[in-house]
Amino acid sequence: MAKLDAVPSLMTPATKIGSSIAVATGLYAISYGALGVAAGLNLWQVMALSLLMFTGGSQFAFIGVIAGGGSPGAAFGAATLLGVRNAVYGMQIKAMLRPNGLKKLLAAQVTIDESTATAAGQSDPAEQKRGFWVAGIGVYVLWNIFTVAGALLGDALGDPKAWGLDGAAVAAFLGLLWPRLKSAEPVAIATVCALATVLAIPLVPPGVPILVAALVAGVWGYFGRGPATEGLEPDVEPRATRGESE
Amino acid sequence: MSELWWWILAGCAAAYGIKLLGYLVPEKILENEKMTRAAGTLTIGLLASLTIVNTVASGTAVAFDARVAALLAAGVALLLRAPFLVVVIVGAGAAALARYLGWG
Repeated sequence: MAKLDAVPSLMTPATKIGSSIAVATGLYAISYGALGVAAGLNLWQVMALSLLMFTGGSQFAFIGVIAGGGSPGAAFGAATLLGVRNAVYGMQIKAMLRPNGLKKLLAAQVTIDESTATAAGQSDPAEQKRGFWVAGIGVYVLWNIFTVAGALLGDALGDPKAWGLDGAAVAAFLGLLWPRLKSAEPVAIATVCALATVLAIPLVPPGVPILVAALVAGVWGYFGRGPATEGLEPDVEPRATRGESE
Repeated sequence: MSELWWWILAGCAAAYGIKLLGYLVPEKILENEKMTRAAGTLTIGLLASLTIVNTVASGTAVAFDARVAALLAAGVALLLRAPFLVVVIVGAGAAALARYLGWG
């Protein structure tokens, strides 16, 4: 492992992984911001989702449903269901960090895929704590800055279709799904849910096919047998720093 | 305020409430393998569904247009281990190119 001589005490393995994840994840808020305004939300609405909802998958889901002509209620449903995994992350972080009082309220807001994965990748409790806060706060700050940059860029681009922004949304969702397809079972779940979605599109109002697929996936997970951590992976893998946590 | 604003704020409140739930509920209640598993499969199913809806849904019709090119190009980029932002740009470029060439 390369030594950073300038700031040896600040850069531990956990803070390095946390900050590299923060940069990689923060940057893709550019695509969220641009897609948000292309979906028809205004700058303040796009920013409100990053500041307050702050869970990337759910934010993409919300604007994805709106962009497809779905109702705001259906967008709320898809975003909320996609956020359910954060409750599981909350339990994991509570067990690792035992935050109290105000810290608990702050920790909850930055409890997302990336901060949980950074903490869980460490074995030393002090490193877990550093990893969680550096990734969580780092992603929060950069995610919100790049959301504004993306929204302004989206506004400047004009006709979203001419720039292929609808294709960007497709790529973004595939990119979020991809790291979770590590074995046969998640691939099977994804395939069945994709088929259920296509079948539901002509039958129910826009946005609702996503909720049909959610039901299929939830029933599959609750009643089926298999590993308990399927689908709980970070959106952006710390590839450049992989292996440094040990 | 518009209806959209209210749903945005409700979504934000729900997202924070769910996150906080993990910290507040006694471990015994939520630490249930079935619930953890359902939360994970739900995530996979929703993302797969969102990918397909954004690719082929056109209102309540299924349409194959430039967005299919974006899906294929993004898949290739992911196979080549491209970072997320590159995947998104590749998807946009493929859709824009397909449309420029007169498809969808």
